[in-house]
Amino acid sequence: MPHLSLELERKLTTAVERMPAFPKSVQSVLELTRNINCLPKDLVGVIEKDPVMTMKILRVINSAYYGLPNKINSVGQSVVYLGINTIKNLALSFAAVGILPRFNTTGFDIQRYLLHSLTVAAVARMLCEKYARGEADPMDCYIAGLLHDFGKVVFAQFLSVEFMKSLAAAIDFEKPLYLAEQEIIGADHAYVGALLAKKWQFAEPLVECIRDHHHEDAAPSAMLDCLRMADMVCRMQDFGEAGNPWRDGELARMPARFGGDIAEVIARLGDLQKIVADAQSFAQIGTER
Amino acid sequence: MKVKMWGVRGSIPSPGPHTVRYGGNTTCIEVRSDDDSLIILDAGTGIFPLAQSLLPRLPVTANIFITHTHWDHIQGLPFFIPIFIPGNTLRIHGAYDLVTMQGIEHVMSVQLQFSYFPIREAELKARVEYETLTVGTPMAIGDANVTPVLMNHPVPDLGYRVDCNGKSLFFTGDHEPWRNIYAPEDPEYAEYQAMVEQRQAELDATIGPVDLLIVDTAYTEAEYAQKIGWGHGTFDTAVAMARRIGAKRLLFTHHEPTRSDDALEAIFAEVRARYPDIDCELMLAREGMEIVL
Ligand SMILES: [Zn+2]
Ligand SMILES: [Zn+2]
Repeated sequence: MPHLSLELERKLTTAVERMPAFPKSVQSVLELTRNINCLPKDLVGVIEKDPVMTMKILRVINSAYYGLPNKINSVGQSVVYLGINTIKNLALSFAAVGILPRFNTTGFDIQRYLLHSLTVAAVARMLCEKYARGEADPMDCYIAGLLHDFGKVVFAQFLSVEFMKSLAAAIDFEKPLYLAEQEIIGADHAYVGALLAKKWQFAEPLVECIRDHHHEDAAPSAMLDCLRMADMVCRMQDFGEAGNPWRDGELARMPARFGGDIAEVIARLGDLQKIVADAQSFAQIGTER
Repeated sequence: MKVKMWGVRGSIPSPGPHTVRYGGNTTCIEVRSDDDSLIILDAGTGIFPLAQSLLPRLPVTANIFITHTHWDHIQGLPFFIPIFIPGNTLRIHGAYDLVTMQGIEHVMSVQLQFSYFPIREAELKARVEYETLTVGTPMAIGDANVTPVLMNHPVPDLGYRVDCNGKSLFFTGDHEPWRNIYAPEDPEYAEYQAMVEQRQAELDATIGPVDLLIVDTAYTEAEYAQKIGWGHGTFDTAVAMARRIGAKRLLFTHHEPTRSDDALEAIFAEVRARYPDIDCELMLAREGMEIVL
């Protein structure tokens, strides 16, 4: 695996501190916190749909000062440890950074990326409940889905020229985006996402899951299976989009635990329209302009 | 080890005819280890009379442990007279603040600003050192060890366990037992409940059995219903905690500021009557009270 120069690594990790969050979550956090009696669960519901806010919360809560026995993997768990008021004020400080523009200079559609992340997260959680019960935690699978492509937002924000070239190359030469990123940027989004997660001391299985989601020869795990399968399901059905269009050839790489028939897996998941509709309204797709 | 209560009131100083017996100063506890090292838990207004008591015995090294930076736990800090006298040493310990991303060193600079206090931090005469603590890592103070534990309050709050030659105490600072933020019918309820229970069990195990447990009991159960999420416990949650960890004595403190001495005693009598066969001595914190462990 190629790796980033130290200088670039430093640039990316500090850049994330200044990264704005998504419009809907910023707006909801501001609205909710205007009411002193806002329900903690409503606030958690908003934060855990925003990959940027989630990433930042997990980053601060895993800071060494709190010496937490196990790494914190979810926003709900963060609330148990730090209390809703601290989480609320953290969310407010993230909201103050501003909002991500719908398109940045690369032409990367940040809202469709969010829709992709949210649906992969929800489907990964469902897959865990139906196919990997007891082997992985459904909430961990949700977070893995939400954050698996986080590296792409970082690229879009802070390496926009190189990322734009990668997106174009993936289309022009019909190759997976991560390979184009490796050639043009020197590292792919999975590597960068995992690098950040590791630096911020996220739980090791989550770091590995983000890092390995495109590596065919990675050591298998229930969580990784659920994430990959969810990614396939959502891309095949066109739930959102993150610069890496579906290719039928990928079916051959379906993890064994799901049988061989993707249509059957999708049928077993039941009606996904509610998940998609929820995610759409949060990503504000079709609701603005 | 000796313990002396210098401030037992919560939220705001409450002097007056109705609080003379238990006292109106806010949180401050003096702990003397067996080798007479001075440990001060919180710097509410009770630290001012404590400071007076130190003046005949200067120079002093005071090891102050701040549970959290709400005013009722730090307000007395600029009035800790030894800081104006050369030769004294003040070591202030406390939590890292996630929201401001600052350590405990900001606690005094915030208070000693031109508009709020006449003396600048640079003009203090004592040696002042700051130590931002790592949860779970004990600090040696003389022959005692002080271990910070993360509690539950609107701002990160450290409880402290003090150990000295086989004797131990734990002070919660301000603490509200964890609650489920979901309603029983919400799909997230069970998972969150499991996390709450795990967190509680972790805390109990960390505190462990102690000779003296000092707990924030701002409210009665009836009052608490209106104060959920404010970050304080009740007499009953304190009793439950004492039972779970196996405390020999339980000291109720952080009295509600509008609570008169009579009302406090009435509540205490009622609580005692409800737990007739509890295997733990129940006590009401009073300014000036001394406990030898
Ligand atoms: Zn208090
Ligand atoms: Zn407080």
